[in-house]
Amino acid sequence: MGKRFLGPRIDSSEITPEDVWLNRRQFMRAGALTVPALAGGTMMASAAPRTGGEPLRFTTAGNGDQGFSTDEARTPLDDITAYCNFYEFGTGKEDPARYAHEMTVDPWSLEVGGAVKKPGKLHLEDLLGSFDLEERIYRLRCVEAWSMVVPWVGFPLHSLLDRFQPLGSARYVAFRTLYRREEMRGTRSFTSIIDWPYREGLRMDEAAHPLTLLAVGLYGKTLPNQNGAPIRLVVPWKYGFKSIKSIVRIDVLEKQPPTSWQQLAPNEYGFYANVNPEVDHPRWSQKYERRLPSSLWQPNRMPTRMFNGYGEQVAELYSGMDLTKHY
Amino acid sequence: MAAGLKAGLFLLCLAPFGWLVNAAIGADLGPDPAEAIMRETGLWGLRLLLLTLCVSPLRQWSGRQWFMQQRRMLGLFAFFYACIHLAAFAHFYIGWQGALLLEEVLERPYISLGFAAWLLMLPLTLTSSRRAQRRLRRQWLRLHRLVYPAAILACLHLLWQSRSDVGEALMYIGLCALLLGWRIRRAGRRQAGRAPL
Repeated sequence: MGKRFLGPRIDSSEITPEDVWLNRRQFMRAGALTVPALAGGTMMASAAPRTGGEPLRFTTAGNGDQGFSTDEARTPLDDITAYCNFYEFGTGKEDPARYAHEMTVDPWSLEVGGAVKKPGKLHLEDLLGSFDLEERIYRLRCVEAWSMVVPWVGFPLHSLLDRFQPLGSARYVAFRTLYRREEMRGTRSFTSIIDWPYREGLRMDEAAHPLTLLAVGLYGKTLPNQNGAPIRLVVPWKYGFKSIKSIVRIDVLEKQPPTSWQQLAPNEYGFYANVNPEVDHPRWSQKYERRLPSSLWQPNRMPTRMFNGYGEQVAELYSGMDLTKHY
Repeated sequence: MAAGLKAGLFLLCLAPFGWLVNAAIGADLGPDPAEAIMRETGLWGLRLLLLTLCVSPLRQWSGRQWFMQQRRMLGLFAFFYACIHLAAFAHFYIGWQGALLLEEVLERPYISLGFAAWLLMLPLTLTSSRRAQRRLRRQWLRLHRLVYPAAILACLHLLWQSRSDVGEALMYIGLCALLLGWRIRRAGRRQAGRAPL
């Protein structure tokens, strides 16, 4: 037997992951194109690729007072990025972490249209440069009965909508996820019964609520692809599937838009999808949830709260509505 | 040789359990170990159940009695994984609250199906000994046909949990249909053979 190679041991943490390496190349390319036009280093950040992990500038002030943040234990970043539902990359929880790097998020633009005075398209750079970012630590409750506590970085959706000046007749907002078959293997599955692209919607007052966030970051850095880079919705009092990822289009509408899950199984997934322990999903009881990370010894099982604990802020939106009917 | 093969098969059947225990101890099951354990034990229960259904056709094609002698072990392992699956459900999802368990079993059709499959496997496990086989004689054969509805229910239990992609469930359903179809054809032929010319 030959001599075993006993070279210097390299920790796996020291090896640059392939996607980071690729991003760095992308970054250099972007840099080469934009540097001559830039005055100084401060703007380099805006040329950085947005595949996750670039530091963001944000504030945390005032969140505690307004009930915009919780001091519950945060779910670690590694768990938030490893355990995702993003069916464009597969239905397994670990599929998005494995395959979402195949999605190009730079360049990215977001188109806003419908019943607005000034429809238009925003490039991500402009978008990031023109809104004050803040950190919001929200509970996230999935309809599958697991939950997390996530420190998002973003800005309220209403501040984006205001810019496009919704007409008086506007009553709903519809969202659409990127749909790019060649970069999203889940959408190529021939046994999938989702009608891509993924669509979600909110009523105007829900969209305008100060809790409703457009997130561009997680744990202080830009969103990893599997968590919905470069920009996603976060509606903390609704089940996770309402918080649509990787948004490319927003339409302000007069009529209630169809949403992907509702189209697929209207008896299971309502338009509102408010977290509600009283109304069970036909397949999953909603009375309890598993707060992640959980372990064998500490299952972290806890009763689910009405509106995911945000009732004080949002219950008013639904006064007079029968939430067993409008689930 | 035969004993060695049998021991090898035993270890193979036990391997998923060993892997799970090892991963659980090493906290290597991800942020939601409950879901990982449920999924893995459920799938292995179903796989082994379908594997027991492969025994008869394999015996016929190969002409080897050896396959037949392994059937009980495969069946018992299927029940073993189904039991852990059920216990994990009671522990992680129900927190051992009897009333809640009852509610789930009665109100969620896919859980009812899974539970029914487990119930059907229970008498098969209890009568798996040679003694029971001798005592029950022809009744034993008839009783153990419960494995067919158990397999069908287990497949539907999986299918019902598909959210937007039915690919995985269809794979198992296809295999189950092939195995049951083979039996139906064989039974038809037997009947034809017995019929007067």
